[in-house]
Amino acid sequence: MRLRYIANRLVQLIPLVLVVTLVVFFVMMIVPGDPVMVMLGAVDGAQVSREVYDAMRVRLGLDQPLIIQYLHWLANLLQGDLGTSITHRTAALEVILQRLVPTMYLMVGGLIMAVVIAVPAGVLAAIHNNTKWDHLATAFVVAGISVPTFWLALVAVLIFAVYLGWLPAIGYTRPQDDFVDFLKHIALPMSVVALNIAATVLRFQRQDFLEQMQQDYVRTARAKGLSETLVQWKHVLRNSLITTFTVVGLQMAYLSGLITIVESVFNYPGIGYLLLNSIRTRDFIVVQGVVLFMVFLVIVVNLIVDILYTVLDPRIRYS
Amino acid sequence: MKAQTADESASFGRPAARSSTALRSAIAFVGSDRRFIVGGLILIFYILIALTGPSISPHDLNTPNLDVRLGAPTATHWLGTDRIGRDVLTRIIAGSQVSLQVAAGAVLMALMIGAPLGALGSYAGGKIDAVVQRVMEGIMAFPSLVLALALVALAGPSVVMLWFAIAFSSIPRYSRLIRSGVLTQKEREYVDAARAMGQSPMRILVRQILPNIMAPIAVQLTLDFARAISVEASLSYLGLGLSVPYISWGTMIRDAQDFLEVAPWLAIFPGLTLAGVILAFTLVGDALRDQLDPRMRRSLSRRLA
Repeated sequence: MRLRYIANRLVQLIPLVLVVTLVVFFVMMIVPGDPVMVMLGAVDGAQVSREVYDAMRVRLGLDQPLIIQYLHWLANLLQGDLGTSITHRTAALEVILQRLVPTMYLMVGGLIMAVVIAVPAGVLAAIHNNTKWDHLATAFVVAGISVPTFWLALVAVLIFAVYLGWLPAIGYTRPQDDFVDFLKHIALPMSVVALNIAATVLRFQRQDFLEQMQQDYVRTARAKGLSETLVQWKHVLRNSLITTFTVVGLQMAYLSGLITIVESVFNYPGIGYLLLNSIRTRDFIVVQGVVLFMVFLVIVVNLIVDILYTVLDPRIRYS
Repeated sequence: MKAQTADESASFGRPAARSSTALRSAIAFVGSDRRFIVGGLILIFYILIALTGPSISPHDLNTPNLDVRLGAPTATHWLGTDRIGRDVLTRIIAGSQVSLQVAAGAVLMALMIGAPLGALGSYAGGKIDAVVQRVMEGIMAFPSLVLALALVALAGPSVVMLWFAIAFSSIPRYSRLIRSGVLTQKEREYVDAARAMGQSPMRILVRQILPNIMAPIAVQLTLDFARAISVEASLSYLGLGLSVPYISWGTMIRDAQDFLEVAPWLAIFPGLTLAGVILAFTLVGDALRDQLDPRMRRSLSRRLA
């Protein structure tokens, strides 16, 4: 039963992948200028001989009809070939994977921190509904939604790096080189990511908790004589965590944008920083590669969330 | 509950509802929630500032004044001056024009593209509907900011390109709203009646169904407005927004980065303005939604304002 659901879910991915790749393929078409010249790195009016030009044109398959070009590109893509970076002169995928580890620390660390903050805070806000704690949580949520990330990051730099001097403003150290320094460097960017995600998670956690409290099973548990603490922190929290889990999964697309901004403010060498750098150096193969990579990440995470959802909540129907 | 929602949506969504009772209920509706008042006042102020622009500015926009470089806030320069002595307040006022222009255009564009697609899907059904839906799902898989960034970076920044780049990832939201709205309304009696009167499907859609599904669309527009302002500022901050002569709050904050230590007000005031405007749209959007969806009442920012 579950296997069939997973198979079904995988089949549904086919149109999705087609649409996503088509969008990226055609977005790349709007690059102004001649792609052959761009690929040759001759953008600023440099001279290129006819032979070199034609050879590149054939090599890129630009003499073929569009649909063939797309299918060819898609076939390469599905084999993990994102093209060759113009500036790095190596496979774009390789360039991306090199930058992936710092980004993963930031994403995973930020998500864990967000959940650790938001879940208890959301539960407390729901339990103490309409008290000053709830209002404080609400203010936090609204601020989290309204304050632009890049500005929050700058204010964090201003306070903790410029005025207090506790943490470095920019940069990155690999954990295997110097773990303490790594923590110092990642503390600010990770906190900015975490606060941003925490606002959304808190909002849903609180809402869902309030809704769960109205359910029949809560009445049953109370009728059995269970203490209110046990009902809230065991029965209700367990059920509402399923919603939280889904919300966190759905944040993946948003998280990619967030990471890009945060990495830019803190000069943090992850894939978001790579994306912006590649835009600056007009390395469109890497730009395209990073966008595709991020979309791929979103699709895979959503798939995993969907599948785990059926494990966490056995009531869900496999349709 | 269903009837109540329909009533409310009709009372403020329908252009026809202009009688004095409707006006009175609209006032009561707005007055019932402090978020409307606080958010609404900020928004009115913001729009007025953006529309009047330079004519109310205390100083000239671009004239440098090297005597007051990186000056702290004073009586003449309320919010300080930048690295070549230009007045920060004046530049924030000018920045409101870009943010309003870009955000309004982006939101409208998303609606104009998304709505017909949703209507097409729900009316045509079958394969067309399936294709439209798959395309919308595909667009939703994209991180909106990253896609906007790539689009603007590739095509070069212009007002129209920014509209499209910011609108693009919102298109599915409108398409879905319209689609589900039409699907539920299509079976209602008033649509049957209109059809019996011989009205064309297009006329039924625009004149009958649309006014009845305006409410959720209004909520979405308000919340998307906040998002569009934020994305525009983020793009400008990353150096991908409109360049001179346009002045964006994001660009101001980007320029301020190098002077965080000596002149923090350069980053603080444009940021506060930005946050205030986004907050206002969020408050109004949330308040609207809570009013329209009784199940969601007492949620989020209800008591904040």
